[in-house]
Parts: sequence; structure tokens; C-alpha cells
Amino acid sequence: MSKKEKTNREEKKNKNKIKPGRLAKREAITGLIFVSPWILGACIFLAYPLITSFQYALNNIRITPVGKTFTFVGYGNFTQILLSDADFPTQLIDYLTTTIISVPIIVVFALIIAMMLNQKIKARGFFRLIFFLPVIIVSGPILGMLTEQGAGSITAIDTQAISTAVHNFLPYSLAEPISGIFENMVTILWYSGVQILIFLSGLQKIDRSMYEAAQIDGGSGWECFWKITLPTIKPLVLLNCVYTVVFISNNNQNAIIELIKNSMFSGTKEKGYGYASAMAWLYSLVVLLIVGLFAIVFLAKKDIYEKQVKRAKKAMKKEARTVKKIERRSARNAKKIEKARQKRKYSTYDGSGDY
Amino acid sequence: MAAATINGSQAAAVLNKKWYQNLNKEKARKFLLGSKDKEGFLKMFLIYALLICIGFIYLYPILYMISNSFMSLDDLLDSSINWIPSALNLSNYAQAAKSMDFWKSLGQSVIIAGVPTLCNVASCSLIGYGLARFDFPGKKVVLAIIIFSFVLPSQITMIPTYVLYSNMGILGTLWSFILPSILGMGINGPIFILIFYQFFKQVPKVLIEAAQIDGAGYFKSFLKISLPSASPAIITVSLFSFVWYWNESYLTEMYVAGVMTKSGWTSLIIQLDNFATNYSSYATTATNAATSLNESINLAGTMLSILPLLLMYFVLQRYFVESIDRTGITGE
Repeated sequence: MSKKEKTNREEKKNKNKIKPGRLAKREAITGLIFVSPWILGACIFLAYPLITSFQYALNNIRITPVGKTFTFVGYGNFTQILLSDADFPTQLIDYLTTTIISVPIIVVFALIIAMMLNQKIKARGFFRLIFFLPVIIVSGPILGMLTEQGAGSITAIDTQAISTAVHNFLPYSLAEPISGIFENMVTILWYSGVQILIFLSGLQKIDRSMYEAAQIDGGSGWECFWKITLPTIKPLVLLNCVYTVVFISNNNQNAIIELIKNSMFSGTKEKGYGYASAMAWLYSLVVLLIVGLFAIVFLAKKDIYEKQVKRAKKAMKKEARTVKKIERRSARNAKKIEKARQKRKYSTYDGSGDY
Repeated sequence: MAAATINGSQAAAVLNKKWYQNLNKEKARKFLLGSKDKEGFLKMFLIYALLICIGFIYLYPILYMISNSFMSLDDLLDSSINWIPSALNLSNYAQAAKSMDFWKSLGQSVIIAGVPTLCNVASCSLIGYGLARFDFPGKKVVLAIIIFSFVLPSQITMIPTYVLYSNMGILGTLWSFILPSILGMGINGPIFILIFYQFFKQVPKVLIEAAQIDGAGYFKSFLKISLPSASPAIITVSLFSFVWYWNESYLTEMYVAGVMTKSGWTSLIIQLDNFATNYSSYATTATNAATSLNESINLAGTMLSILPLLLMYFVLQRYFVESIDRTGITGE
């Protein structure tokens, strides 16, 4: 290799290295500039408040005319909330059970309505209009006002009978939220506006030919639902579950967030910013726990297809490994044989002649 | 049986009838249960019946609200009147509007919901574009934090933010809504960022590269090429942002209207939240004898506070209903 050739090649290498690198760098910087408002916002309105609120949660804060006075109490706020607060633990448990029970109901209900709307029916636009209407008015104190005035439950359905029946069959801690769901049927149904639309647009994206192929193979509608529809929209189910949980927890109807606000502005000695922060932390942990639970339920089970692909890949890898092993062994053997042959050759060359 | 009594061409009649019966049966079966290319009547009937029933349940509270808000006190107490009031009674609305200070609250509501919405659209489109178009280290972390901040309840960051605002002196002004929304951290900001992110990912990269070859910079190609093509996403985000800001009573009361000391700001929703106290103070100061608070006036107040949204919904319903199709949330 001549010197000239060598330098040429090096130059080429450098050129290849620098050119896309520079562009990528510039693009990365531009991207960061575009996202920089969010980064700034995340620092000011997410990271800083999170750290500060944790700090608050460990303190007892009293507001004096001079300013705030902090007294460090460690986890005292948490123990006080969990052990001696009158409302918070019961409300939290209430929230937990109602959420875990009502989220599947809302999501399943949304799926059923979406499947009905996905049929060839007339006036689909009109029905979509109705089912989406709650999105406009469901948040805010309007819902509270409506339930207060008796518009939240339908008088035609005898909710009293249902709730007594439920109370007869189930333990109190389970029966209470279930009968509550029946009493507020309308509000539960009202929560599923966005979910219906998400499911509907997901269902419309499923290829019709898949169903036709299944029908030719003799699959019934029931089988089609479990084997085609559900696996295809599974990510949407998770999306809807998470959306519902977040929606329920941020809803103004929620008693807990009202409790947090009240204790924040409470004048009593032990309550205040620190106490409310501790409450908010506990509440957030519970919400994250519920979201995590749904995520685990829906992410743990992989598709059968994916599983099989994985298994096949594993088998292929194993096979490749054994093939390599055999190759290596045969190569070693070939070398041995070659050596032996050469020895023999030399020995014959030597002319000792004992074979 | 009828054929048996007739003499003569008995066999022919039986044959005839059998054929006739068979056809009818077949036809009826096809009509009821459906065939390959047409859905059966029974199934369609069931679907329509269910949809109409559930649709009624959906509309029930609104119908109830409309009908009851027109009732006078006598109608309310009369058990024979269920739905249709005996006379169109507008005094409920007049009293509710007066006690809510309707026009002033309406104007302020529009400002409180509208200004942060504009900021949201501007900031979230920028951020979504940056995430969709460019690759930079830590992009996945940013996306993960965005999703995390969506799931995290706002209560946890609320108290320090409140203290921060009061230190900055912007508590009780509109700045406490504008500032976070301009930095992409407004109410439900993560959803809007993700909507724009999804949308800009679908815009072909070639288009932007062509613009750049023609000499447009990064920002110019965003403003001139990507943003105009993202009008569905912009409409969706602004509609939802407007509705969510309009309906937000918790944070509005906290940051803008004030909990302990009232600032000048108010909104229809906050007026509704404190409807009972507002109404009683109005009733005592009113010159003409106002009726005491009853169900109908409550519902009239509720109706008034969502009337603007309802009107907006029925005018712009197409954009609301199609919004989710067009933003590609389902493509995630």
C-alpha cells in the first residue's frame, strides 16, 4: 500500500464521518431549540414543584405575617393523615374501589357502543353527536349540580331494588361502590364519550378483508371478535383505561382533591401546606398505582403471534449456534486430519517407510 | 286445512300451498336473520333499539335540565307535571342571570378560556413539531416525561406552584394561566403535545426537505409548510383546550379568581359553583321580591353556564366528532 493511497483513504473516511455528523448535530440543536419551551416549562412547573412539594410534605408549615415558618416533622404528616385524619383514608379507599370497578365498566361499555356504531346503520353521525356531547359538559361543577338536582340517575330504573339486592349478596365494602355505580348510572355512562370515539376510529381502521377471510374459514362473529377485533384494538383499550383513570382522578367531582384544597387553606395548627402536600403525594401514588396496574394487565400478555415469532427466533438462534459448533468442530477435525496427513507426508518424504 | 275441504284439484292446491309456504318462510328467515350481503332485521332492530335507549340515557340529564328550568314553583310542586311545564316561565332564567352577573361572567369566561388556548396552540405545535421532526439525544426521555406528567395528578404540583405564583405576584391575574400554557404546561398540555406530535409525524419529510433546499430555514419551513397543513390538529387542540379551560373550576378558582381573597376575575363556572351563596346575596339586595332558591333556578343557572358551549358544539360539531379520527391518536 502506497503512502498516497493511504492518505486518500483516510481523507475519505473523515469526509464520510464529518458530513452527516455535522447535519445531525445541527438538526439536534434545532430540535432542542424547538422543544426548549417545554424543557423550561418542565423545570419550572414539574421538576421544581415536585421537589418542593416533597420538601413541604416533610414539614409543618405555618403562615405568619412575616412569612412561612417551616418545622421539620419527617414523615409525621403522613402518619397523621393515615392514622388520625377523619376523612382522607376512607375517601382514598372509596376512590380506589370505585375507580377499579368503574374503569372496566366504562371501557367495556364504550367498546360495545363503538361496535354498534361501527355496523352499517343510518344516522351514525347523529348518534356520534349524542355520544360525544358529554365531553363538552361532563367536567366542572355542572355534573355535581345535575346529580344534586336528581338528573344523574334515571327514575325509570329502580335503583333502590338493585342496590338492596347487591347489598344482600356482597360484603359491605364491595356492595357500596357497586350500588353507587347503579345510582349514578348516567354519570358513569357520561364518562365514556371520548373513549367511544377512540374505539370507533380504531375499529374503522381494521381491514375488512380480515373478517372476510375468517368467515370463509368458518369463523363465527363471536370468534372474529376475540381473535381479530380485540387483539387489533388492544393498545386502544390500554389507552382508554389510562385516559379514564386520569379523567376520574382529575375530575372536579372527586372528593379527594376538594379535601386537599380545604386542608391547604385550613387554619388549624397541624394542617396547612405541608399537610396538603403529603395528602397530594399519597393521592398521586395511588393514582400511579392504578395506572400501573392497568398497564401491567394489558402489557404483560403478549400476542400469540408475537410469542410464536419469539419462539421461532430463539429456535433459529439455537440452530445457528449448533451449526456453528459443528462447523468449528469439523474445522478442527479437518485441521487435525491435515496435520496428520502432512506428518504422514513428511514421514513418507523422509523415506522411513513404515506404513 | 283449507285446501283439504276444496274438492277437485286437491293435490295441485297442496303443492301450490306448500310452494307458497316455503317461499314465505325462506323470505321471512332471510328478512329476520339476514343473509350474506344484507343484515337481518332482528339484529338491526336490536341495535337501533339499544342505541336509541342509550342515546336517551345520554340526553336525559340535558332534557331534564331544559324542561325543569322552565317550570315555575307551582309546576315543580305539582306531581302531575313531569316533563312539560304548564307555561313557559322565563323568570327563572332572568333571576339566575342576574344573580350570576351573566354578561360580565360570560365575557371573562371567554377571556379566561380563550387566551390560554391561543398560547397552548402556539407552544404545543412548536414542541410537537420539534419532537416529531428532529432527532436529538434524550428525545425518548422527553416523551416519557410528557406521558408521565399526563398521568400525574395536578394536585401534587399545585401547592408549590401556588406559592411560586404568590411570590411572583401573578396570583389572581390571567398570567398564572398564560405562563404555564406558553411553556406547554397548561391544563392537559401533554395531550395537545402528543396530538401535534402524532400529526407532524405523518407529514412527509420530503416536503420539508424540499422547502429547505429552496432556501427556507428550519423555523420558516415550520411556519410556512408544516403549520398550514396541520389545520385539523390546530382546530382539535383549540376546541378541546377551550372547552377544558372553560370547565376548569378548581384551578381557575385557585389561581385566577382567588380562594381567600377574591380578585376581579370570575367565570360562569365559578359563579355556578358558588351559586347558592351568590343567589342568596342577590335575593336580599334585590329591590323586587325575588323568589327563594329552588330547583328550577338552580337548573336555569346550570343551563346558562353551559349554553355557550352547547351552541359552540352544535355549530362546530363536525370538527369535534371528527377530531379524533384526524389526529391519529389511535395510531399510537
